[in-house]
Amino acid sequence: MSLKDDLKDIRDQGLDDINKSTDLKSLNNIRVHLLGKKGPITSALRGIKELPVEKRPEVGSYANEIRDDLTKAIVEQRDNLANAQLNKRLAAEKIDVSLPGRSVPQGQPHVIQQIIDEVVDLFLGMGYQVLTGPEVETDHYNFEMMNLPKDHPARDMQDTFYITNEILMRTQTSPMQARTLEKHDFSKGPLKMISPGIVYRRDTDDPTHSHQFHQVEGLVIDKHITMADLKGTLLTMAHQIFGDKFNVRLRPSYFPFTEPSVEVDITCFNCMGKGCDVCKHTGWIEVLGAGMVHPNVLNMAGVDSKQYGGFAFGLGPDRFAMLKYGVDDIRDFYLDDVRFLNQFSKRGI
Amino acid sequence: MQVSYKWLQKYLKLDMPAKDLAEKIERTAVEVDSVKVPMDGLKKIVVGHIVSMEMHPDSDHLHVCMVDVGEDDPLQIVCGAPNVANGQKVIVALPGSRIGHNVKIKRSKMRGVVSNGMICALDEIGFSKDVIPKEWADGIYVFPDDTPVGQPVYPFLGMDDSIIDLDVTPNRGDMLSILGTVHDLAAIYDQKPKIEKPEVEESSSVQTKDLISAKVEDNGLAKTYDLRVINNVKIGPSPAWLQITLWNAGIRPIDNVVDVTNYIMLKYGQPLHSFDADKIDGGIDVRLANKGEKITTLDDDDHDLSENDIVIADDKKPVAIAGVMGGANSQIDSHTKNVAIEAAIFDPIHIRKTAQRHLLHSEASQRFERGINPDGVEDAINEAAELIHELSGGQVAKGIVSAAKYQPELPVIYITAQRTNHVLGTSLSLSEIKDIFDRLGFSSEAYKDGLNVTIPRRRWDIHIEADLFEEVARIYGYDNLPATLPTDTKTVGALTPSQKLQRAARHVLEGLGLTQAISYSLTTEAKAKMFLMRKSFTTKLAWPMTQDHSILRMNVLSGLLDDVAFNNARKVSDIALYEQGRVFYKDTADQVRPQEVEHLAGVVSGHLIKSTWDHKAEPVDFYQVKGIVEQLLKNLDIKGDTQFIANDKIPEMHPGRTADILIHGHRVGFLGQINPKTANQFKIHDTYGFELDLQELIDLPKNDDQYEPIPKYPSVKRDIAIVVNKDIKNDQIVDLINKRGGAYLQNVQLFDVYEGSNVPAGKKSMAYSLTYLNPNETLKDDQVNAAFEKIKNHLTAELDAEIR
Repeated sequence: MSLKDDLKDIRDQGLDDINKSTDLKSLNNIRVHLLGKKGPITSALRGIKELPVEKRPEVGSYANEIRDDLTKAIVEQRDNLANAQLNKRLAAEKIDVSLPGRSVPQGQPHVIQQIIDEVVDLFLGMGYQVLTGPEVETDHYNFEMMNLPKDHPARDMQDTFYITNEILMRTQTSPMQARTLEKHDFSKGPLKMISPGIVYRRDTDDPTHSHQFHQVEGLVIDKHITMADLKGTLLTMAHQIFGDKFNVRLRPSYFPFTEPSVEVDITCFNCMGKGCDVCKHTGWIEVLGAGMVHPNVLNMAGVDSKQYGGFAFGLGPDRFAMLKYGVDDIRDFYLDDVRFLNQFSKRGI
Repeated sequence: MQVSYKWLQKYLKLDMPAKDLAEKIERTAVEVDSVKVPMDGLKKIVVGHIVSMEMHPDSDHLHVCMVDVGEDDPLQIVCGAPNVANGQKVIVALPGSRIGHNVKIKRSKMRGVVSNGMICALDEIGFSKDVIPKEWADGIYVFPDDTPVGQPVYPFLGMDDSIIDLDVTPNRGDMLSILGTVHDLAAIYDQKPKIEKPEVEESSSVQTKDLISAKVEDNGLAKTYDLRVINNVKIGPSPAWLQITLWNAGIRPIDNVVDVTNYIMLKYGQPLHSFDADKIDGGIDVRLANKGEKITTLDDDDHDLSENDIVIADDKKPVAIAGVMGGANSQIDSHTKNVAIEAAIFDPIHIRKTAQRHLLHSEASQRFERGINPDGVEDAINEAAELIHELSGGQVAKGIVSAAKYQPELPVIYITAQRTNHVLGTSLSLSEIKDIFDRLGFSSEAYKDGLNVTIPRRRWDIHIEADLFEEVARIYGYDNLPATLPTDTKTVGALTPSQKLQRAARHVLEGLGLTQAISYSLTTEAKAKMFLMRKSFTTKLAWPMTQDHSILRMNVLSGLLDDVAFNNARKVSDIALYEQGRVFYKDTADQVRPQEVEHLAGVVSGHLIKSTWDHKAEPVDFYQVKGIVEQLLKNLDIKGDTQFIANDKIPEMHPGRTADILIHGHRVGFLGQINPKTANQFKIHDTYGFELDLQELIDLPKNDDQYEPIPKYPSVKRDIAIVVNKDIKNDQIVDLINKRGGAYLQNVQLFDVYEGSNVPAGKKSMAYSLTYLNPNETLKDDQVNAAFEKIKNHLTAELDAEIR
């Protein structure tokens, strides 16, 4: 047998062993045996000295070839075995993905807060500042500065919690109009503000009345603010908060602190204007009151009504939420049943 | 005000459906509550003629009637009404008909006798009992003899009319009348209304002033006070047209004098009052009531009069509460012969207060409160006198006795197109504006580059330019206004730092699992005073609706505990809520206005993390809530160290499980377990909570936002476990380690606390992981070992710790 034949036998036997190996450990043993310093190739090559010089390179390169073949076979078999092992593990690790995930605590804003935040963000984007005022107000700001002197019949529309003759729980966020008008420096530009907050009325709590609820007041005063601007602003709000399909309409109304005064209706949520029981078949739902600020309000606050004017509006987040979600009892907002609170959209979180 | 469409049609050419008219009114003038046609929903109800009547053989009150309903044969109908009689024209519900309240009438038997339908009372076909005349209240209605048999009943009862119910705002008192509504509709539809000035035939030879005298003590009480007298009247029921007009307006017909005064009130908006002139002793005096005076009003209620009530008095007694309700002592009755009619303008404020004081909100008081058209008073009293004469046969005495007369100057308001468009955002020409005033019946004449507009007295709500803008806007139509956005100088819209922090605080708590609650700010005295973070007096409502909501809260936690109670009572036990809201403090008892401080509070009860199939959840405890508060404070990044110091002095908190929260030594709130005693009062399960002074958190200085480079060199960890006396606090150990830790100690983390076997009684084992780092080079083992040894020594020396 020639050396070459020996080498060929080593290769064939080696490949056979490699392919038959079933685990990484035995494969490694084969590798050490075949390719190690004491392995068959090394020992076979010791006989190379006995070959004629001109034959040595041929046998040498053949030996290297065999070594490469074996190495390659070992790597391949190692990958095969590793894959097989991994696949076995993966198969064993299979789980029921339909079992529920572990609970992670997550709270959410109150539905009224969601509405307020939405309104606030919209008006921030339109360049309004956000102001808050006292919930315990003076008769002066809550009524008199709002063009509601002591014996004004419209005071009956708002039953008031008085603390003393002059101090009361504010019945509206409108006193923030007077407070802001008094402070604003018109030389620095127009006044554009909204004021969200809690208000109070002397009402017996029932499904449609709450002695505590929310309002968001809006006020824009400058040298040239028109009723068309009011309409456009409210239309924008309706589109942003409720959607593009919603329209607004203005109807004449009466508030002592605005003239002209309007009630603002938006397209009925329930029937989208077709007419249903919710909107009493009008296709419209009343959502807020608004108007052009009464000159008396401006003048009393030290703003010259001949030079400046603008609009004001007051909306009720409670009412918005009731309409938007079909909540039929306003008390639900203040009893904080967690089954109630957790129902509303969490998209904003 | 319930307005009859048919009545409006007497003055204007209106032929649109009532719903369209109502919509137009709503968009242009005042709100419309409803539009109703009384006959809607009724079917097969006709006029019948009782041609014969017998007693029911088997009843002592039922009658068997043969009723001609215009068909070939009369119908046999059994009737139990006490006033049924042969020959009457009556309301018959035929078999297969539908009457009031959606009731169907079928052929039936009554005690064995066939009844082919039903003879109806007014309330049975949908009339409110409040408007049915007394004579028909307890039985069937009987038509006048000339009513045609077999015809549907609706036109003969006014049920084919459309009734538009207006919700009139306080400024539009003029719309509380048919004529006022007609004027407005005339402007809306651009028509000229046909309104005739009433004429009165003064057929009596007597002068009114010889029959009655009147004086008004103070013009502030009544600006106008007129009287007329009609002699020799014969009191009886009003004719059908008048009764129909009244009941369709929601007013019960009484007799041919009272009904006339109500009819005139509806038409002119001028309340009238009729007295039996023979029951008046001497002259009429319009004055404030004297102390102790009493009156029994027409509705049979007794009233103790206040010295602020205006009364109409004769020489001896009050005979009416002015503008609100007449007195029983001077009322018209069936024997009345001579009638005095009063038309006045009483002071709105007095009337409003009197109506409130006596809980007497009448049709009259409602109108006096909103104002009266000074130009309508005389027309009203004249037409009333004439109509009483026509319906009751009396003679009207000559002249009006007038104790006061109010003829204010007509206001003239200057308005320009430029100003109008400037305010409304329109581009109307002056002639378009003038046209609107023409339609409204306001005369106007050109002046400078605008108009001088003269306001008629019937529109006493209009005083200033802005009022005219509203008239222009509504008649022009709000739908026609363009929609624009303010375009002037740009302004910046941004939350203030304080508002941003409040919003951030909410978001942090929501991220940590707490849901926002909003509880009531008004609570009970006991709850208001709980969890007090500072000494404060209570703020009380003067006239609360209930004691449950009578005092302003001085903490937010108690409201949240109410919420926990509400949930627990409904078998919901896992609760995690927070609330951001105001508390109201008063430093002294006589401070009138409380200081309002923003607080932030939270409660957790039951489980914060829910048990699942592979994870058994632990009920919430102190450290869970502390973790929430720590994370919140960490996010707010307030400058200075945060400390939690045990506090056993808050009565509503568990004395062993409560900590004050201090930032830089300054108390900003507390947290811990609600005292089981308090929990018991609220009827709630074990609950943990916290309350923070949010205003403090806003005001305290914050750390500067700064970036620290990520260390380039590895850190080294060393763990240490020590056994110490049980009363040694974690804070003490950590403080000591930090103090003696050397320059490279970065972090100390407690990872185990253990008491029990292998640890001697009275001791506990605490294990900490210490992290060392040198930001400038790799730490050498001997550097760390040296520092670590030092800590061990100090722990042993200072805390008597045994190193394990």
